[in-house]
Amino acid sequence: MSLLEIKNLHARIEDREILKGIDLVVNPGEVHAIMGPNGSGKSTLAGVLAGRETYTVTEGEVVYDGQNLLEMEPEIRARAGIFLAFQYPVEIPGVNNTYFLRSALNAARKHRGEDEISSEEFLKLVREKMQLVKMDESLLKRSVNEGFSGGEKKRNEVFQMAVLEPKLAILDETDSGLDIDALRIVAEGVNSLRGGDRGIVVVTHYQRLLNYIVPDFVHVLVNGRVIKSGGKELALELEREGYGWVEEEALSPES
Amino acid sequence: MSSSTTINDFANQQYKWGFTTDIEAESLAPGLSEDTVRAISARKGEPEWMLEWRMKSLRHWLTMIEPRWPNVKYTPIDYQSIVYYSAPKKRGSGPKSLDEVDPKLLETYEKLGVPIEERKILAGVAVDAVFDSVSVATTFQQALADKGVIFCPISEAIKNHPELVKKYLGSVVPYTDNYFATLNSAVFSDGSFCYVPKGVRCPMELSTYFRINARNTGQFVRTLIIADEGAYVSYLEGCTAPMRDENQLHAAVVELVALDGAEIKYSTVQNWYPGDEEGRGGVYNFVTKRGACRGRRSKISWTQVETGSAITWKYPSCILQGDESVGEFYSVALTKGRMQADTGTKMVHIGKNTRSTIVSKGISAGHGNNTYRGLVHVAKKAEGARNYSQCDSMLIGDKCGAHTFPYVDVRNASAQVEHEATTSKIGEDQLFYLAQRGISEEDAVSMIVNGFCKEVFKELPMEFAIEAQKLLGVSLEGSVG
Ligand SMILES: Nc1ncnc2c1ncn2[C@@H]1O[C@H](COP(=O)(O)OP(=O)(O)OP(=O)(O)O)[C@@H](O)[C@H]1O
Ligand SMILES: [Mg+2]
Repeated sequence: MSLLEIKNLHARIEDREILKGIDLVVNPGEVHAIMGPNGSGKSTLAGVLAGRETYTVTEGEVVYDGQNLLEMEPEIRARAGIFLAFQYPVEIPGVNNTYFLRSALNAARKHRGEDEISSEEFLKLVREKMQLVKMDESLLKRSVNEGFSGGEKKRNEVFQMAVLEPKLAILDETDSGLDIDALRIVAEGVNSLRGGDRGIVVVTHYQRLLNYIVPDFVHVLVNGRVIKSGGKELALELEREGYGWVEEEALSPES
Repeated sequence: MSSSTTINDFANQQYKWGFTTDIEAESLAPGLSEDTVRAISARKGEPEWMLEWRMKSLRHWLTMIEPRWPNVKYTPIDYQSIVYYSAPKKRGSGPKSLDEVDPKLLETYEKLGVPIEERKILAGVAVDAVFDSVSVATTFQQALADKGVIFCPISEAIKNHPELVKKYLGSVVPYTDNYFATLNSAVFSDGSFCYVPKGVRCPMELSTYFRINARNTGQFVRTLIIADEGAYVSYLEGCTAPMRDENQLHAAVVELVALDGAEIKYSTVQNWYPGDEEGRGGVYNFVTKRGACRGRRSKISWTQVETGSAITWKYPSCILQGDESVGEFYSVALTKGRMQADTGTKMVHIGKNTRSTIVSKGISAGHGNNTYRGLVHVAKKAEGARNYSQCDSMLIGDKCGAHTFPYVDVRNASAQVEHEATTSKIGEDQLFYLAQRGISEEDAVSMIVNGFCKEVFKELPMEFAIEAQKLLGVSLEGSVG
């Protein structure tokens, strides 16, 4: 059974159609990269999968782990193992980062019928994962993302992902705003989560990231549609040639 | 569940403290006249000087008109329809110890979560419980007396410590002060009195719990706290009232006096019945609270968490007379449903190098209307005065309002006065971020609101900080299912 199956997904914001028929299948253990020009709908797709209410799904279906995803509330999707690393993580003043993360973890555990995590266990887990993404411990004591630098916010996203160990991780431009070293560290963090039954969807503009996180599939999203899919080589081609040729190819009758 | 449902649930929260206690009461007939005042004074067995002070206040009150400047709207109060004195009927000669208190009363306080049975008490909190017009139990009096601390109902203090009461009552809030304070001076029924002698650190938190039960009854509480030289006391007041369709009036006066090097921390968690969704019923909370930092290096801190009342009108203030004295005001005011709050503080700098800090957090939900009104006054001689004010407003939904009126009046060029203000909305993006991490909307709203109030909560004594968080949390409950 596939982990995620998107069929003919259409979504709009107010009266504007943004996603115009997306098809995508992610099987357990696979890593998919989604690339595409600004404004093509990548974040919209991520947001629809996570259940953001600003979008209205008008057509199509999404099956996640055998369930009708579109009927699930956003927090239930999260507890059921969908994690979105945000392109723009939000600041939440006064809410302690550790407290927040622990609440998130316990919500998922409760959903799975497990007990709340003990303080010692949690501390151990947090230490271990912090090392994985080389995150500064002081960030844990601060309010969620408040005053974090752009790179620190991105790192915090990957750190949260590492702690929550989702079944399906969607990373929306987690690489942008990271310096070269950070990029490598974050990529290593993602790679360490790779494998098993976990599915990973990486949205990025840069082939560079894909040198570190080598995808099984690359999809090109243009104007609300996946117009081309391929292996990891596709990313290299895109890097060299830009999006123009894929768009032309998609428009030509024989494609 | 959409974020707008959570927001609605938040706004339409049920009031959990709305039960009434079926207890026989001994009340005066409604109405206010010299006879009413005489009757109250007689029932309390007061000395002549006290009655005279009350009469003076009443006569003055009759010449005054109700203030109209606060940014709140309400139907005029008919002062002749209010009951000015109501007391649970005494069994025998009246309670001397807890064993003699009517079990129904103890039960009421238990329901409210107020510990008045000493053996069940949280360590270190002495409670004075005021039920309608009288104080029904004061715990731990002996332990406090060993340290020389006097903590008793003010009606007892008038009889047993007249020299202290005469000296300090009305010395911070004169009987002519304002419409509601003057009314209180004429008809106050009970309240707490506390005196901490020189150099004594009060060994436990002191606490008063106010409860309005009887119908149509006004509660006119009078509190007087004196910290003598080098003394320290931390005091908490908590309030609730049953749900009733008519409005109830609570016009309290609190006076604090801090002498040289003394410190008073006064914390309030106010959760009076706010009325229903349409704005029927609820408590009018018109309160005058003022502290005088009389001594050098004295300090008074007001911390308030206001989550109830149909209308709140209060400005806990500090008169910084002593050189290097410090005044602080930390406030969380939540208005939801049809609640209106016009609250803030006055910091009056008179002594040299006096400092004040104001941190105000206003939260509006539903149709709530929240106004911060603050005055920072620096007198001519207040060399080196400093003030820092921060007023933050948070809006939940789009039918509520927040207003900020900071008045600054500086007459000394060396003063430093800083003011910051922000207004934010609980954003859809914040709620979505938390939801995406598996946190329910109810918990998310509660988390964001508590985060917003953090700077104030950390000023509360530990147990009460938890209480306050719970109170805000409880306001968020009920959106499940
Ligand atoms: N809240 C909104 N209101 C109106 N339009 C929106 C909103 N959110 C997104 N859009 C529009 O939807 C389109 C797709 O946006 P989306 O963020 O999905 O693009 P993207 O592919 O992630 O772009 P980028 O690479 O720049 O991140 C854009 O034209 C954007 O302006
Ligand atoms: Mg995007």
